[in-house]
Amino acid sequence: MCDTCGCNVTQGNQHLVQRPLQAGETAISVLQDLLSANDRQAQHNREHLARHGILALNLMSSPGAGKTALLEATIEQLGGRWRIAVIEGDLETENDAERIRAKGVEAIQITTGSACHLDAHLVHDALHRLDLSNIDLLFIENVGNLVCPASFDLGQHANITLLSVTEGDDKPAKYPVMFRASDLVLLSKTDLLPYLEEFSPQRAEKALRQLASQAPLLALSAKNGQGMESWLDWLEGQMAQHRPAPGQFRPIHLSAPAITK
Amino acid sequence: MHELSLCRGLLTQVSELAQHHGRDRVSRIVLRIGPLAGVETALLKQAFEVARSDTVAHDAHLQIEESPLVIFCPTCQQSAAASLPRLDCPRCGNQQTTLQGGDELLLLSISFPEET
Repeated sequence: MCDTCGCNVTQGNQHLVQRPLQAGETAISVLQDLLSANDRQAQHNREHLARHGILALNLMSSPGAGKTALLEATIEQLGGRWRIAVIEGDLETENDAERIRAKGVEAIQITTGSACHLDAHLVHDALHRLDLSNIDLLFIENVGNLVCPASFDLGQHANITLLSVTEGDDKPAKYPVMFRASDLVLLSKTDLLPYLEEFSPQRAEKALRQLASQAPLLALSAKNGQGMESWLDWLEGQMAQHRPAPGQFRPIHLSAPAITK
Repeated sequence: MHELSLCRGLLTQVSELAQHHGRDRVSRIVLRIGPLAGVETALLKQAFEVARSDTVAHDAHLQIEESPLVIFCPTCQQSAAASLPRLDCPRCGNQQTTLQGGDELLLLSISFPEET
């Protein structure tokens, strides 16, 4: 408790610290989302994707949960089934993009400097560096962070969150905003489960369900290939159900069905 | 820590609104933020102090209303207050609840000082 950061302000005493309306002050009602500029840009990104019939998936996790390794294994196993591109978000380095390029897939690296998340504007710039007419499936690998990326719509069709078994099984309870926003949760690095008796996949799932999330939870190891089949089935389903038909995009306000996650 | 970039976005919105109303100073900004908005209000206030200099809100009062977390249970057909990290029904334990409130991140209103 202190007097500077506002942590001593409670619902009970809030009225005491709020400055009353001054004489002559006029208030106007706004009711605008604080993220409206980002959301507008995300919608614009969705239009780009729809025009070219691209399904976009946003991959999020803590740093080191295995997002890039999953993409490497996925590219290998799909063996050219779809034309893939990857947008990589990191604070620094081209390392992840180079790993993807080594698999023969185009990758655009966004280095955010000190920013802890990708936003719709950064992704839009990256989209313009890609030949969209040559892509079926776009992965956006977000900055490793279980907090901030959850708040920013990028224009993706689904959010995927990785939870590696080397992290705690209570991560969904600790990061409810992120896990609640997930359309699919992947329990990664399961090849290490035999060495980590403290990690219980059942407890991880229980914490996820207590957030009223009905997102499927799939366990896999990109290293030994266990569980990859279910993940590829899920991908197949997304491509069949949510991939926008190329050239079929009509703006949302013309009562076309909204393309959302 | 994305509160600073949020603040910059907020100040852009506020500046545009002030300009629209032909005013060059804002005296108060009122926000409503829910526990599922992913924003730390204390950090947002600190970020506001940094971001507001040289803007129309340089001496504005930032007021943050915290909205409660409310779920609706399809079994009980009732709303209920929830608290993180639980969004299941506190009465019957149903895990298919829907969120009725608590993820807001809204600019509610702005005020202008008395014109001199």
